[in-house]
Amino acid sequence: MTSISREWLVRKTLMVTAMVVVVGLALVVFFMVKESLPAFRKAGPANLFSATWNPREGRYGMLVFLVGTLTTTAGGLLLGTPLALSLALFLTQVAPRRSRGLFSRAVEVLAGVPSIVLGWLGFTMLVPWIRSVTGSSGSGILAASIILAVMVVPTITAISRDALEAVPSSYAQASLALGATRWQTIFRVILPAARHGILAAVILGMGRAVGETMAVAMVIGPASVFPTSLTSPTHTLTTKILMEMGESTGVQRSSLFAMGLVLLFLAMALVVLVRRVSKARRYEGWVE
Amino acid sequence: MTVAEVRARTAESRSQHEVVDTGGIGRSSSLKELEMVHNQAAVDGEAKFRLGSMSLYYGERKILEDITMDIPERKITAIIGPSGCGKSSFLRCLNRMNDLVEGCRVEGEVLLDGEDVYRRECDVTALRQKVGMVFQKPNPFPKTVYENVAFGPRILGIKERAQLDEIVESSLKKAALWEEVRDKLKEPALALSGGQQQRLCIARVLAVEPEVILLDEPCSALDPIATQRIEDLLSELREKYTIVIVTHNMQQAARISDYTAFFLIGCQGDPGRLVEFGETGTIFTAPADERTERYITGRFG
Repeated sequence: MTSISREWLVRKTLMVTAMVVVVGLALVVFFMVKESLPAFRKAGPANLFSATWNPREGRYGMLVFLVGTLTTTAGGLLLGTPLALSLALFLTQVAPRRSRGLFSRAVEVLAGVPSIVLGWLGFTMLVPWIRSVTGSSGSGILAASIILAVMVVPTITAISRDALEAVPSSYAQASLALGATRWQTIFRVILPAARHGILAAVILGMGRAVGETMAVAMVIGPASVFPTSLTSPTHTLTTKILMEMGESTGVQRSSLFAMGLVLLFLAMALVVLVRRVSKARRYEGWVE
Repeated sequence: MTVAEVRARTAESRSQHEVVDTGGIGRSSSLKELEMVHNQAAVDGEAKFRLGSMSLYYGERKILEDITMDIPERKITAIIGPSGCGKSSFLRCLNRMNDLVEGCRVEGEVLLDGEDVYRRECDVTALRQKVGMVFQKPNPFPKTVYENVAFGPRILGIKERAQLDEIVESSLKKAALWEEVRDKLKEPALALSGGQQQRLCIARVLAVEPEVILLDEPCSALDPIATQRIEDLLSELREKYTIVIVTHNMQQAARISDYTAFFLIGCQGDPGRLVEFGETGTIFTAPADERTERYITGRFG
């Protein structure tokens, strides 16, 4: 075989494999749309985006689940982001060089903990604890948020650590040489300089929280109603699909696809958001 | 509160030490007479910094050895010498930027206005406001021109807009940059040219009203015209500030400085030493040390 034909072969192989990915993605979208069409046609958007889920009476509203997804995600980020940011700051600015490796490994291990393990811990320990403290059922948005916080911490920590490390040391030097303290330097120079990277980290953490199913399913309730408090059972889009997938047919099955489609759009919106943020101009004026 | 007022407040606590430290000056100058034989330059006026047998270590490694010299007030002192002889490290001893290096240790005396900057109770942030620094590569913050200059005053706690405006304008004027950037205050500093960025860094230092300005090869990343502008600026600033400039460029040292210190290492791995210190005219026309002569005539380094 001559070298030219070998190169041709390599090029074509790479092209075909790349096409497989793109075609695969297109097929995913195509099937999601195709399968959810019956729901849109027979039940209609008004029904699908209503708040009532009762298939026996022909009610396929997903609003409860959408709200569940958004609130648990927001809760997870609200709890997880400060933790992750403190950890990233500690790793890059405070920890002695020798112990940085140890903490970084620990974060990586946390990232690798299977979600079912976290869900099981949540189900057996967290939910009973919340139940005993609040006197409620224990499962719900609060429990799900805490579990999600644990899951987004490694993602946000790792990416914002990279962003913080990418801040040129000349910035910190300039600030310190002007008589700023270490904390002033961190909060006025290093954090603002890394803010795009940190925002991207939070958005990626959001992606993880939106899509998480198993661990949330074990602590969310479940119940197909709006929660009355942070500790009352409810559902998210992912957990609803998980619970109903085996035993649904017809329009009910199709409405699950519609929920999947909504999740898909949420994920795509996040990707667009990440790209926007990381492309944002590097040096606009900082807001004091 | 103005920068000066903030400064006065810290000076108050400083003056309490002064009585004790006067004894220190006397002691150190007599030490100096004993130790400085050929380095005894006829320094006009007051010495801003007095270094007595200062040595610098990074961990086990000795970087600088036994540096004894006076840095005169309101003059330009140039530090010259071949690469790796510890010029920049020397400069960073004066505002304690070496503290950031792990395992850094300084022995001997570094007196600023008669007070040891390495004394335990020294307020390093106040020291660094008093002894500003400009780096080799222009390093403005990725902020607007305005925010770069306002950074130091804000650190000092000045919040009033009108006052900040005033400080920004006067600092930029002192740095001979105002005319060029007065319409670009809200634009990113990184969009300025390299020479403008370096003058912006000087304006940023001037905004905290320092007494000493340390410059670490400030022109090495600039073209000749930008270099010329910085040199003109330094000559103007000499009247109000004590300036110490590290430079690779001997013509630059000869052009702008009043005093010159020549640093050298014996061989690789040896600590840097001060070979000769004196008036720039003398160093460049009639150096006392043969090594200085060989260096300035370009026979090595």
